[in-house]
Amino acid sequence: MTRPELLRVEGITKAYPGVVANSDVSFSIGEGEIHALLGENGAGKSTMVKMIYGLVRPDSGTMTLRGAPYQPAKPAEARRSGVAMVFQHFSLFEALNVAENVALGMENPPAMRELAARIRAVSEEYGLPLDPSRMVGDLSAGERQRVEIIRCLLQDPKLLIMDEPTSVLTPQEVEILFRTLRQLAREGTAILYISHKLEEIRSLCDEATILRRGKVVATCTPRDRTAREMAELMVGQALKTPERRMGAKSEVALGVSDLSLESPIPFGTSLKGVSFTVAKGEVLGIAGVAGNGQDELLLALSGELKAAPDRVRVAGQPVGDCGPVERRRAGLVAAPEDRYGHAAAPDMSLVENAFLTAGVRKGLTRNGFVDWAGTRKFAEEIIAAYDVRTPGPDVAARALSGGNLQKFLMGRELMQGAQVIVINQPTWGVDAAAAASIRQSILDRAGEGAAVVVISQDLDELLEVADSFAVLNEGRLTKPRPTEGLTMDEIGLMMGGAHGMEVAHHV
Amino acid sequence: MLRLEKRPTPSRFWLYATPPVAVILTMVAGGILFAAMGKNPFEVIRTIFWDPVFGEFAFYLRGQLLVKAGPLILIAIGLALGFRAGIWNIGAEGQYIMGAIFGASVGLAVFPTENRLIFPVMVVAGAFGGWLWAMIPAILKTRFNTNEILVSLMLVYVAETILAKASTGFLKNPEGMGFPGSRNFSSYPAAANPELIAGTGLHWGGVAAFVTAILAYVLLTRHQTGFQIRLAGQAPRAARFHGVSPARLVVMCMGLSGAMAGMAGLFEVTGPAGQISIDFNTGYGFTAIIVAFLGRLNPLGIVLAGFLMALTYVGGEMASTNLGLPDAAIQVFQGMLLFFLLAVDVLTNYRFRLAVGAH
Repeated sequence: MTRPELLRVEGITKAYPGVVANSDVSFSIGEGEIHALLGENGAGKSTMVKMIYGLVRPDSGTMTLRGAPYQPAKPAEARRSGVAMVFQHFSLFEALNVAENVALGMENPPAMRELAARIRAVSEEYGLPLDPSRMVGDLSAGERQRVEIIRCLLQDPKLLIMDEPTSVLTPQEVEILFRTLRQLAREGTAILYISHKLEEIRSLCDEATILRRGKVVATCTPRDRTAREMAELMVGQALKTPERRMGAKSEVALGVSDLSLESPIPFGTSLKGVSFTVAKGEVLGIAGVAGNGQDELLLALSGELKAAPDRVRVAGQPVGDCGPVERRRAGLVAAPEDRYGHAAAPDMSLVENAFLTAGVRKGLTRNGFVDWAGTRKFAEEIIAAYDVRTPGPDVAARALSGGNLQKFLMGRELMQGAQVIVINQPTWGVDAAAAASIRQSILDRAGEGAAVVVISQDLDELLEVADSFAVLNEGRLTKPRPTEGLTMDEIGLMMGGAHGMEVAHHV
Repeated sequence: MLRLEKRPTPSRFWLYATPPVAVILTMVAGGILFAAMGKNPFEVIRTIFWDPVFGEFAFYLRGQLLVKAGPLILIAIGLALGFRAGIWNIGAEGQYIMGAIFGASVGLAVFPTENRLIFPVMVVAGAFGGWLWAMIPAILKTRFNTNEILVSLMLVYVAETILAKASTGFLKNPEGMGFPGSRNFSSYPAAANPELIAGTGLHWGGVAAFVTAILAYVLLTRHQTGFQIRLAGQAPRAARFHGVSPARLVVMCMGLSGAMAGMAGLFEVTGPAGQISIDFNTGYGFTAIIVAFLGRLNPLGIVLAGFLMALTYVGGEMASTNLGLPDAAIQVFQGMLLFFLLAVDVLTNYRFRLAVGAH
């Protein structure tokens, strides 16, 4: 299939102090083509699309858009040339309604009523139902993404860039998003699609450019390749599938009974009667679309939110009213999702961040004084065991790439020899090879007898590591079921379907 | 066009270069200010920065440096602990006054008993007074989520009113022929805080300042509590995850800074000031805020900053008596120092980039 060329990128190089993000990258996208940009974390995908969207300027190389030189100095120029982008993290104001949020992104917004009518028209045309007058704070993550997509579509883009769009969606919502994207492509809009979910890329994309360490290492037609082949191109080495060593089920290590808690987060979701138990050696996977109480559940388990003593039990001992320190002492460690500012202090060194949670269990204090030498040793052990790429343990956490910091933080919790481990999003933003090794360590800890709770939005991940599976939906937890024998459809229904999206596509 | 770009890691160079650069910029801008007022800028700058240490009257003024630096350092270190944790006690001046009143009251209550324990007990009472005054904003913050900046600041004016009442009423010298002000501690040896080594200006307040600086340094770098203070200031959510109770930290930091300001007040009133009077307080509590930031919220840096600020005080007084410069001009000059410090501080975490061709 030959298409007229829309965007050509030639010999683009971009270096930051100490790291070359892109080196001599070339590829081209035809009109109406869905083109995947694939690569591990830190491979340079984000830098590449930021240059196309005018957020970053290349050091050298050229771009041509429909035959004309293209060199956007800022996103507004890129938008004028017909390039639009949906970011991985939404930039929406929760206290404003949909139409107001869309208007904020426009240079000359039309009158509100007219804008609302256009939003309705576009949302119907592309099967993305959205009420312009609803508050964004009340929307699900999937619906928020629709706001961002519609914001882009209103500009009638020629090229739509999507950065990891499916990480917040249920399987049904993913299907519907894909239908929209295919419809756009049929109408001639090119789509540059960034993801590390290879099965999605196989079902959606026409062409793929694979980056590794800033360079193009391969181009391929995803349909003709297996996911494993693409993953290995991405990583540059053969991949290991995590192995599980199932221990015999034994006594309950973590018990949560009828836990109800008010959310401390604005627009958060309160927990409503959450109950489950995890036995020694068991991995419980908790799925759910973001914003359904995952953060609150993590806070309630880590001890940052307190409850009545017997609501949470570690090895039979009530810890519901204990803070994080006492819970760690009782054998429970937790890893929150947000790396910058919650799980880690961005401006502190890795040594200090190691002390952040490991001080209690690794005995790193004496009479209240910190054993910095011992802490440094522990930080170095983590760096070695989890292959954290860093110049050394004294570097500020924020200087590490997201994936590398995540490896460090996972290592920090997993290497404390805890009996109960709770992790929210263990491999969020981590490349395939590192994700596989993190999952392997989770399974290893379970094999050694730890009870593990993995909260994740990545269903493939949960199916890979979890023995039992439950879904958190609007603060309620479904009854855990054995993972074996669950189908994608059943899981989707447990997750609450597609939030009323089916209707739209019956047209 | 210049653009600010966040550095991946804070620059160590600018962390230490910021204070000297800020001092130089202050001299330049201050010089322009003095020139605009019709003074010779070089003479004024020399009078402020050079004469107190090396000039004609340096033998006396050098001692004055420590007299002024002592309370500034002591208060600033307490404040810095809170500032590091993101707790903004702006009312050290009030805590300083209350410390002085509490401590002096104890001394005056037992007058004229002579006992070695009187002075130490007064110091404790001074610390308690400052602590108590700081507990008001602390408890209001933790219970009712009020803003500690506003409450602590406004309590300064309440404290000043109480001070006026004390010096004209309940602490007034019964043998003072009706003049406002308490008995003078210089004539009450058990409660006095004399110069320890003649000519140096060192009194017990200076000793306390140096000891506190060392203790605070050890606390911040080696102790778990210091780690928690720094963590809470940089990443409050990470601090809760670590296991810090925000309320307890507020109470602790406010209490520490209040107690240290209170002690400084007691040392001042029993030493250099000599008595409780309506205006014995000279704004040390506010100036200490500048000292804390000038010293990078680092105890050792604060010691240096305290001396620098004392220099502008002593030199400023010289400039106003010898060169007829108004006090307000000196205060503007000191304020400039904080202004430039904060402005230059941006370079620690950001760098300038020349954005070529952008518009």
